[in-house]
Amino acid sequence: MKKQVNRLEHNARLNRRKSIRFWFDNRVYEGYEGDTLASALLANDVHLVGRSFKYHRPRGIYTAGSEEPNALVQLEEKAYTEPNRRATEVELYEGLIAHSQNCWPSRRFDLGAVNSWFSRILPAGFYYKTFMWPASFWMTYEKYIRKAAGLGHSPTEPDPHFYDKTYTHCDVLVIGGGPAGIEAAIAAGQTGCRVILADEKSEFGGMLLSENILINGMPCHDWVDNRIDRLKAMSNVVLLNRTTVTGYYDYNFLVANQRVSEHLGPRISVNSPKERLWKIRTKQVVMATGAIERPLVFADNDRPGIMLASAIRSYINRYSTLPGKNCVILTNNDSAYHAALDIADEGGQVGIIDIRTNPNGAMVESAVSRGIWILANNAITGVGYSRGRLRYIEAMELSDDGLKVVGTKQRMLCDLVGVSGGWNPTVHLFSQSKGKLRFDENHHCFLADQPSPNNPAVLAGSCRATWFPKECMREGHEAGCEAAKCAGFDAFPETDEIKTVQLEYAPQRPLWILPGSHPIGQGRTKHFHELHNDATIGDIQLAVREGYESVEHLKRYTTTGMGTDQGKTSNLNALAALSEIRSLPIPDLGVTTFRPPYTPLTMGSIVGHDCGELFLQIRKTPMHPWHDQAHAVYEDVGDWKRPRYFPLGNETMHAAVQRECRQVRQSGGLLDASTLGKIDLQGRDTRRLLNMLYTNAWDKLQIGRCRYGLMLNEHGMVFDDGVTTRIGEDHYHMTTTTGGAARVMSWIEEWLQTEWPELEVYATSVTEQWAVASLNGPNAAAVLQELTDIPLDEESFPFMSMREGKVAGIPARVFRISFTGELSYEINVPARHGLVLWEQLTETGRKYDICPYGTESMHVLRAEKGFIIVGQDTDGTVTPMDLGMGWLVSRKKQDFLGKRSFDRTDTSRSGRKQLVGLLTENPEFVLPEGAHVVSELKASPPMDMLGHITSSYMSPNVGRSIAMALLKDGFNLKGQTLDVPLMNGTSQRVNVTDPSFLTD
Amino acid sequence: MFLIKCPWCGYRDQTEFSAQGEAHIVRPEDPYQLDEEQWGDYLFFRKNPKGIHHERWVHSHGCRRWFNVIRDTATDHIHATYRPDEPIPELSSEETSKPA
Repeated sequence: MKKQVNRLEHNARLNRRKSIRFWFDNRVYEGYEGDTLASALLANDVHLVGRSFKYHRPRGIYTAGSEEPNALVQLEEKAYTEPNRRATEVELYEGLIAHSQNCWPSRRFDLGAVNSWFSRILPAGFYYKTFMWPASFWMTYEKYIRKAAGLGHSPTEPDPHFYDKTYTHCDVLVIGGGPAGIEAAIAAGQTGCRVILADEKSEFGGMLLSENILINGMPCHDWVDNRIDRLKAMSNVVLLNRTTVTGYYDYNFLVANQRVSEHLGPRISVNSPKERLWKIRTKQVVMATGAIERPLVFADNDRPGIMLASAIRSYINRYSTLPGKNCVILTNNDSAYHAALDIADEGGQVGIIDIRTNPNGAMVESAVSRGIWILANNAITGVGYSRGRLRYIEAMELSDDGLKVVGTKQRMLCDLVGVSGGWNPTVHLFSQSKGKLRFDENHHCFLADQPSPNNPAVLAGSCRATWFPKECMREGHEAGCEAAKCAGFDAFPETDEIKTVQLEYAPQRPLWILPGSHPIGQGRTKHFHELHNDATIGDIQLAVREGYESVEHLKRYTTTGMGTDQGKTSNLNALAALSEIRSLPIPDLGVTTFRPPYTPLTMGSIVGHDCGELFLQIRKTPMHPWHDQAHAVYEDVGDWKRPRYFPLGNETMHAAVQRECRQVRQSGGLLDASTLGKIDLQGRDTRRLLNMLYTNAWDKLQIGRCRYGLMLNEHGMVFDDGVTTRIGEDHYHMTTTTGGAARVMSWIEEWLQTEWPELEVYATSVTEQWAVASLNGPNAAAVLQELTDIPLDEESFPFMSMREGKVAGIPARVFRISFTGELSYEINVPARHGLVLWEQLTETGRKYDICPYGTESMHVLRAEKGFIIVGQDTDGTVTPMDLGMGWLVSRKKQDFLGKRSFDRTDTSRSGRKQLVGLLTENPEFVLPEGAHVVSELKASPPMDMLGHITSSYMSPNVGRSIAMALLKDGFNLKGQTLDVPLMNGTSQRVNVTDPSFLTD
Repeated sequence: MFLIKCPWCGYRDQTEFSAQGEAHIVRPEDPYQLDEEQWGDYLFFRKNPKGIHHERWVHSHGCRRWFNVIRDTATDHIHATYRPDEPIPELSSEETSKPA
């Protein structure tokens, strides 16, 4: 094992007593507790960590945070593996295994890098342009593109981890645990309100952990520890570290993802949730989300060893690592001078290339006094890279306008470049909350402007371009007080005086795209503004040349900002380049809206516990245990599990259904109809309601009698059907289709509450209160008579009536209605007795050759009689007349829902699709449902279509295949022969008939 | 994710509700008094404003009551909720003229 050559003496935030071994690309390294994978690799002098997305260029670690565009690794192996993890975010744990991505056979020698040689023919939009023609070749291209594209590999095994979800409320949510956020949380916490402080990092402290200043005479790291101890002592404050607030939605609803146990390693984290998704409704939000440093774009700025200046500060001050020996800081502003000072403090060689013409002021003096050389008005025009390391840089003087370089090239040995083009406040969440952004000409960045009226958040610290810790803390304190006050906690928390030494900054030079020795986009060097997706300034030029000059088009054409980092380091530079090319100021170009999530969420976290058996609720009837024992095969109907058929032995579905159908008509069958929607209607105006809901008349229905009805929407289209029974004077029992139960219930409630509140009707869903066994067939009466005292003779219990009594000793309502055309009793008992009823019926039924049957046979049996199924033979465009059921429409009723629409031109015209029966010339052939019917068969589509097949079965009782179809002008087509072309190129001849196949 | 004040239950999460389109569309007393165009207007034509919109919502996973909402479609700001039997609340001129 190699020594950690880049490790510094001080401990920083590392636990030097606990060393950790880890593997990267099959080599073992050592780091410390507190390291990230990135800091440990840099400590071991590993700069090259992977290859880029498109050109397979060698890439290193660019940042020290969640904005990392480059250092994406494949974390862990097999079931534990995760692609595209940022090395800068992965905390080191014992035994960590990571692999570089996007390179084969190795990251040092990668065959995909040939893309780099051909980069001239792989411009932006390459795939759009190249693989368009001929269209039939797409299948061939796609395979190769898929193979070449993508980052990392998805796991192929199930995830052994589990994930949690939690909902919570608070008064003040503080996002970001840097100096501003900590002070906001302390201030709000002092008022006694419920506070949550969330930060994406493992430790609170934010930028202060990357600093080495003194606060009130105390090292800033110790100061952070003190403040966090203070927060921990407040029982009304919840501290959520490792928690990224990823989404900000309306009315202060926010989603945060907490990485609960990942930092312990996958083998430990299987015992507790790996991640937890927090859904937080808060009264007030304090955004202390900080800022992200903006790179400068220069020739070959993507080489390993080039990183943000602020990242160097983090690696030194937080992770005790100086990633190079010979350092150059390239900057347009003063903040990066701190990086140079830190490097000098640690004994590193460092110089500053400042693109400003005449940098001066306190920071410059401070650097000069430390012996740091400064090369002003210069830019880096090229870099030397070989064998995994940066070797040198070349610098040239900038012209006055900064658009060209002049003079002679200077070459300097260098293995680390720190870049700074200023800072972009992290306004992502503010933008997500529908707040408006504005471009600030002083700070050269987008700032929060107008908040959304629903999400009046308070911002504090560097997310509103306040750069110095002392001011950030003051703003945080004020924001915490303000938020608590708005949340109804009107107290004035004490202010702690804060003293820091802070040198003033001179203005920056707003020039972010630095010229090279060749015009940008020409020559061999590349200016990458977007490292994640390998997009260059040359690509932006090309996009504009080809007319994709709006920001939204540019983004999609060049894929800028569309990587897993969402362009955190690249978006503004792309805008700056566009602004220069189009000679328009940045504010005139607009900005694309930031959308959630701020950083990628795992699917596991989104799913939480809602997977496997808990994925979807399952509704089971009271008879379900019996069905299980009978080896029923189930069908999902809505959330219900309904037996589809009951196979005997090794019977196929076809054989079982044919047997069941035959047996129902020969002797009898029993169907579990408990899932039928059932609504109890009571009140003196119930009849009036029924008259409005159904097409037929309900005035003359006697107590104890049943009536079938069609329910229409106001367009006159059928949307449900069922039998309603009058139980008492003002008491009715309505049944609906299984799938339509909830819809009909809402339909009734809507009309009662909004349009006819004067009607006295009480509607109650009783679907789950009743278990229903439907006993069908010639032997139905004989079976039932053995179990009930209800007289079953025709006179005392006629068709379409209901009798109450006991069945198998259980109080029951028995409805003599039929969906098979056979003698049939629907026996309703309280749900808790459903299983006993079913057992008694099957037991008694055995003597009479009664079989249980499922939904598939139910479909065949009803189709044999031409009974419709709403939703199968209708699709929301079908009137009762289209179904040939005009006899159900009352002519006498003045009004009912849908009636007026019968007179609409479109509803009353000829040529509407109408329900007919179809018989194939080949009686063995069962037409596929959904197949189209044509009048004139042609060799290939298009053909004039008359309609489609809605139901189709092999009917054992008719002795041939049968089908129903909705055909244009279908009633007039009866007796004609038509064709049904099939997917396989063949076709079937069919005869149009009545949709009733089994006549008594 | 809206926070909606159900007139009967108070503030509840949007997931408990269903939006049901434009409010205050009255079913004609006698549909046959309407000509085809008027009936078509009742059936099909709905406002789609950018700005203040009166909508019907139902507390479907709560008390199952219908009620009305005044929502700004541009900002998703909910100005008021009220029962079907209540008059339409008057919005202050400041509220209605808020920039979208």
